[in-house]
Amino acid sequence: METLITILVGVLVTVAVYLLLSRNLIRVILGTAILSHAVHLLLMTMGGLKKGSVPLLGENAESYTDALPQALILTAIVISFAVTAFLLVLAYRTFKETGSDDLDALRGVKDE
Amino acid sequence: MKINDVILRTVTKIVVFIILTFGVELFLAGHHNPGGGFIGGLVLSSAFVLLYLVHDIETVQKGIPWDYKKIAALGVFLAVGTGVGSVLFGAEFLTQTASHFDLPVFGSTELSTILLFEAGVALTVVGVVVTIILSISEDV
Amino acid sequence: MNNLLVMPMVIPLLTGVFLVFLRPYVRIQRIVSLLSVLGTLGVAVYILNRIQTEGILKLDFGGWLPPYGILFVADSFSALLVVTTMVVTGILLLYAFSSIGKAHENMFFYPVVFFLVAGVNGSFLTGDLFNLFVCFEVMLLASYVLITLGGRKVQLVESIKYVSINVLSSWFFLLAIAYLYGTVGTLNMAHLSMRVAEAGQDPLLTVIGIIFLLVFSLKAGLLLYFWLPGSYSAPPTAVAALFGALLTKVGIYALFRVFTLIFYHEPEITHTMIGVMAALTMIGGGIGAIAYNDVRQVVSYNVVIAVGFILVGLAVSTEAAIQGSIYYLIHDMIIKALLFLLAGTMIYLTGTARIERMSGLIRNYPILGWLFFITMLSLTGIPPLSGFIGKVYVGQGAVEAGAFVLLGLAFLSSIFVLYSLLRIFMNCFWGETIINEDDDVPLPKGMLIPCVLFGLLTVALGLGAEGIAVYVSDAAHTLMNPDIYIEAVMNGNR
Repeated sequence: METLITILVGVLVTVAVYLLLSRNLIRVILGTAILSHAVHLLLMTMGGLKKGSVPLLGENAESYTDALPQALILTAIVISFAVTAFLLVLAYRTFKETGSDDLDALRGVKDE
Repeated sequence: MKINDVILRTVTKIVVFIILTFGVELFLAGHHNPGGGFIGGLVLSSAFVLLYLVHDIETVQKGIPWDYKKIAALGVFLAVGTGVGSVLFGAEFLTQTASHFDLPVFGSTELSTILLFEAGVALTVVGVVVTIILSISEDV
Repeated sequence: MNNLLVMPMVIPLLTGVFLVFLRPYVRIQRIVSLLSVLGTLGVAVYILNRIQTEGILKLDFGGWLPPYGILFVADSFSALLVVTTMVVTGILLLYAFSSIGKAHENMFFYPVVFFLVAGVNGSFLTGDLFNLFVCFEVMLLASYVLITLGGRKVQLVESIKYVSINVLSSWFFLLAIAYLYGTVGTLNMAHLSMRVAEAGQDPLLTVIGIIFLLVFSLKAGLLLYFWLPGSYSAPPTAVAALFGALLTKVGIYALFRVFTLIFYHEPEITHTMIGVMAALTMIGGGIGAIAYNDVRQVVSYNVVIAVGFILVGLAVSTEAAIQGSIYYLIHDMIIKALLFLLAGTMIYLTGTARIERMSGLIRNYPILGWLFFITMLSLTGIPPLSGFIGKVYVGQGAVEAGAFVLLGLAFLSSIFVLYSLLRIFMNCFWGETIINEDDDVPLPKGMLIPCVLFGLLTVALGLGAEGIAVYVSDAAHTLMNPDIYIEAVMNGNR
């Protein structure tokens, strides 16, 4: 199972890199979103994929899941959510200001 | 062009309340089961976003005249405040406590300071999400 | 239990929240900001002094003992940096009062600055890697807002690059954390240090270490500095100074922490890499600093050179060199803020950033001119100013370790710094004045006073280096002996 998920992470990263390298701003933002999902999956996998009871509640279960990766992922999701939202607003404002979402056209803007 | 959106409007009237209830349910469930402030907050904010989608911004602003930035700030304050609150009682920062209370309607209920913390998180999420969506949509 | 430890992060955070509600009342916002900075500074100084008597302090959040819970740890290194951060922020806020403008002040400028400071202080104080990531992100999100606030075209375009590069480096950060957790099963820095030492730093762990090196070099501008000059020259002066003084320093702090506490077993690989990167950074920064005619670009490349210089201390990793790096780090936070303020003030006064269009400013603004002169000497490392002592110690450490190439490059970089700033000084301050008396822009007191304060600070830090010597040598000693840190975190006084 871990191997499968790791391969999935690889596929996601590939897709994300392809998107990141494009010239379209929206594609770049989608790329960063997919990139962060990939690493969340990786965090989950690295913590070990196993079934078990909720940690810290009761002492009778056979095995417990590791709560830490999940806490990390939740935090990371919140952060990537905020960053993606900010990037979207930024892209929108830039489009309004410059009339372009082509990164090639946006390079090297000198003082206005 | 005016779109004919009678169905959307009618459905929204009911669905918004279902979503709000579900959001609160998720928020409360988060204590021992999957759910919690962040998820509950997201669901709650989706209800607000649906309202803004169906009606225009001015109409909704009349009904809900909140400044969402301040709601977000209030949420952060509540979340950090519970952490600082424990300092006032001489415990470590972010220490949480819980105990059982006999409430008139609910019977024996477990109440904890985590609930306050989570409420802060939920408020922050609602405030931030709606602010972002409004700031994109305001000047179209 | 030392709840005080969390205050350098919580006070700015709560102040930021509080200021959101005070949005329309600019005057009250300013007063509250200053009071809050002073309060935090007081707490930080108190913490620093308590560390000297009681050893490293720690705070386990919610009473969860390490390695299970998250915690804040303060040793002399982090406390010194927190103190410097608060001093720099305070003076920069004074500058912002008179320069940033109503529009910014009403658009949540002060709250965002406080969120930034909370992130910076949190990064200095945290005791586990994941919280380091979270505090980094708090700081970065605030910096994204600050760099775009105002929404000029330049800012928007530059911030797209800045945000994308930082998203990518955060991704690498998470990747490294994931691998590290998968390999050793903990994220508490002291516990990590123990486990890595027990297991031996095998190639896998070294690779993870190199990913961390990549992440923090991106943030610090070590070799991977290509994003830095553009983004640091886009925002308003006060913000650029805040960035130049604080942001890259957090990356440097993280490099020091990680490579002295956790991945210190294979110095032939990791520390050699840091050395090579530092050398290339100084060369690249030096070339950049003398290549441009734009004051802001020259100043930004000076940030890059300083990063390379400080990391020389980590690369050779002797106690003297680390001590030198810490001195230089503190000096650099102050002097870079001053340099950015001076550059910004020059642009404000002349309306241009090109050095060939300025001339003879020292006749119109003598204090500004002499301040620039002092800054230049201090950055070059002329005694008795604050840059001197750091350079001496780094040099001594490099000689002890026999790293003569790095030593040569480090001192050569000082010449580049001197040349690049001397060029600005000769062109802009010397020569015939081209501003006639009619369009002589008056220099507001509110802009001059912060610059003078920074100038006094660099002189004081140079003359009074003895005064902070105790703290710096303790900080270097702790960095060189990870056992002290581990002992304090795992079994420390609660």
